[in-house]
Amino acid sequence: MKIKQISVFLENKSGRLAKVTRVLGENGVNIRALSIADTTDFGILRLIVNDPDTAYRVLKEAGFSVNVTDVIAVEIPDVPGGLADPLDCLKDANINIEYLYAFLTRATKAALVVFRVEQIDEAARVLQDRGVRILDGAEVYNL
Amino acid sequence: MYWDREFETMPWEKLRELQLERLKTTVERVYNNVPFYRKVMDERGIKPSDIRTLDDLRMLPFTVKQDLRDNYPFDMFAVPMEEVVRVHASSGTTGKPTVVGYTKNDIRTWSQLMARSLTMAGATRGDVVQNAYGYGLFTGGMGVHYGAELVGATVIPISGGNTDRQLMIMQDFKATILTCTPSYALFLAEEGEKKGIDFKKLPLKAGVFGAEPWSERMRGQLEAKLDIKAHDIYGLSEIIGPGVSMECSAQQGMHIFEDHFLAEIIDPDTGEPLPPGRQGELVITSLTKEAFPIIRYRTRDITMLMDDPCPCGRTHIRMRRVTGRTDDMLIIRGVNVFPSQVESVLLEFGETEPHYLLVVDRKGNLDDLEIWVELSEQWFSDKVRQLEDIEQRLKGRIASVLGISAKIKLVEPRTIPRSEGKAKRVVDRREI
Ligand SMILES: [Zn+2]
Repeated sequence: MKIKQISVFLENKSGRLAKVTRVLGENGVNIRALSIADTTDFGILRLIVNDPDTAYRVLKEAGFSVNVTDVIAVEIPDVPGGLADPLDCLKDANINIEYLYAFLTRATKAALVVFRVEQIDEAARVLQDRGVRILDGAEVYNL
Repeated sequence: MYWDREFETMPWEKLRELQLERLKTTVERVYNNVPFYRKVMDERGIKPSDIRTLDDLRMLPFTVKQDLRDNYPFDMFAVPMEEVVRVHASSGTTGKPTVVGYTKNDIRTWSQLMARSLTMAGATRGDVVQNAYGYGLFTGGMGVHYGAELVGATVIPISGGNTDRQLMIMQDFKATILTCTPSYALFLAEEGEKKGIDFKKLPLKAGVFGAEPWSERMRGQLEAKLDIKAHDIYGLSEIIGPGVSMECSAQQGMHIFEDHFLAEIIDPDTGEPLPPGRQGELVITSLTKEAFPIIRYRTRDITMLMDDPCPCGRTHIRMRRVTGRTDDMLIIRGVNVFPSQVESVLLEFGETEPHYLLVVDRKGNLDDLEIWVELSEQWFSDKVRQLEDIEQRLKGRIASVLGISAKIKLVEPRTIPRSEGKAKRVVDRREI
C-alpha cells in the first residue's frame, strides 16, 4: 500500500536540483515523480523513484539532508472531478492531508496522485472502502 | 571647559601618587572581601602590603571574563548586598550574563565621570541631551542619564529605537546633544534627510557616540550630515560602563580617567606590558570602585596609549580608537554578541555538533545579523511547516539569548566552510 518518498533539503541557489538529478542518474536511479515545495530561502524536493533505498544512500553520501517518508499513490480516473472523490473521502474521515502532488504516466490513462497524510493506514483503508485504487510499491517504482 | 579641573588637570606626578594610594586600598579591599582575589593572591604568595609601587601591580594575575562567569552572579562583589544599590549586566559568552554591582558611592563616581565626559562634548546647564542609548541592564542608558542630570542638562530618556519619534522629538524638544551608538546616529541622520529635515537649522551641536567600534570615515559623515561635533566615548560594564575614557574637543584619542582607572597595554599573546605608542590589548584596574572592584581586567579591546600632552590641558593619558578585539566578540547594534551564545542555543535544540555561521552586514547604516545553520538530518522534515517552525523557534530563542534579533537561514549540510577542524564562525561584511 505504502510507497517510499525521498525528500531532499535544497537551498534556493542555482544548480542544486541539477546536482540531485545528476547524482541519481549516475547511480542508475530513475525519477518517477517529483514536486518541490519552496519558501524564499529553501525548498524541499520530494521524489518518487524506482529504487528508494539506493536513492537515499547516494544522496546522503553526496552530502544532502535526506529523509524517507511513507506516502500513498492513488489512481484518479481521468474524468471531470476525479480528484474530488478521494479528497471528500479523506475529509469525511477527518484525515488531514499534509500535501499532495499529481503525476501522469504513459502506462495508464489515469492520473496518479501522491498523498502525504499522518494517518496513512487509516487513509488507505477509507480510500479502498470508497473503491479508490491504491497502487502498491512495485507498481509505482516500475512505472 | 572642565567638569573637575583639579583631577582632570592634576600634574602627572601627583596623579601617580593618587593612583598608588588608591591601588593599595583597592588591593586591600579585594583581598579582604572577594574570595576569588584572595585565592589567586594566596596561590602566588602575594599580600596587599607587597604593592609598594604602581609597577607592583604586575605581580597580580589578570582577571578574565571567564572568572566573572565562574563567580556568577554576585561572588565578585566586595560589599554585602545591602550596600549594592544597583546591578547591570552584559552578555556573557554563553547564556549567562556578566553581572556588575554599584554602591551609592559607585553611582556617584560614575555620574561624576559621565559628567566629565559630557562636559568634554560641551554639555552644560541649558543643554538638552537626547539619550538614545538603551535603558535597562545595559549600562549605556542610565550611565549617560545620571551624568547629564549631574551636569544640569535636561535629559530626554528616549532610549533606543523608534526612529520617527526620535526625529520628531529631536526637533520639537530642541535637542542639543545626541547620545547613542554611532551607527544609529548615522541611521537617524539618513532617515532625517529622507524626511527633508535640515539638521543645520536644528540646535543639535554635539554627539557622544560609543558602545561599538567606529571610524574616522564615520565621524566625517556624522559631523557633515548632522552638523555636529562627534565624540568617541569608551567604557564597558565590567569596569563601570560608559565613562572609562572620553574624547575631548581636540578629538585626538580618549582621555582615560586615570584618577579612577589604571590602564595598561599588553601583548595579548604573552601578557607582557607594552609602552605607549605600541598597539595591544587594553587592561584596566579600577581604583575607586566599591561594589565591583576589578584587578587587571582584560578588556579584549585592541588600542594603544598616547602620553604626549593634549592641547586641551588634561593630563590624563589617552587611548586611540578601539580597532579590534582579541576574541571573537562582535558588537552588533551596540550589543555584545559571542558566536558561542549561538552555539549554546543550538545545543539546547539538541544539536550535538552544530555548524553555524554569523553573517553581519551593515544595511543602510544598521547592522544586520543573519545566522546560517546547517540543517541536520534529525531536523529535516519533508514538511515546510515543520522547517519554518524550527526557524521560528530558533529565532525566538536566539533573540532572547543575544538580546538582538537575527534572521535564521537553514542551509544544506557541509556547506559552511571548515578549516583545520576549527570552523569559521563569523563573516563580518561591515565597512565602518
Ligand atoms: Zn584632551
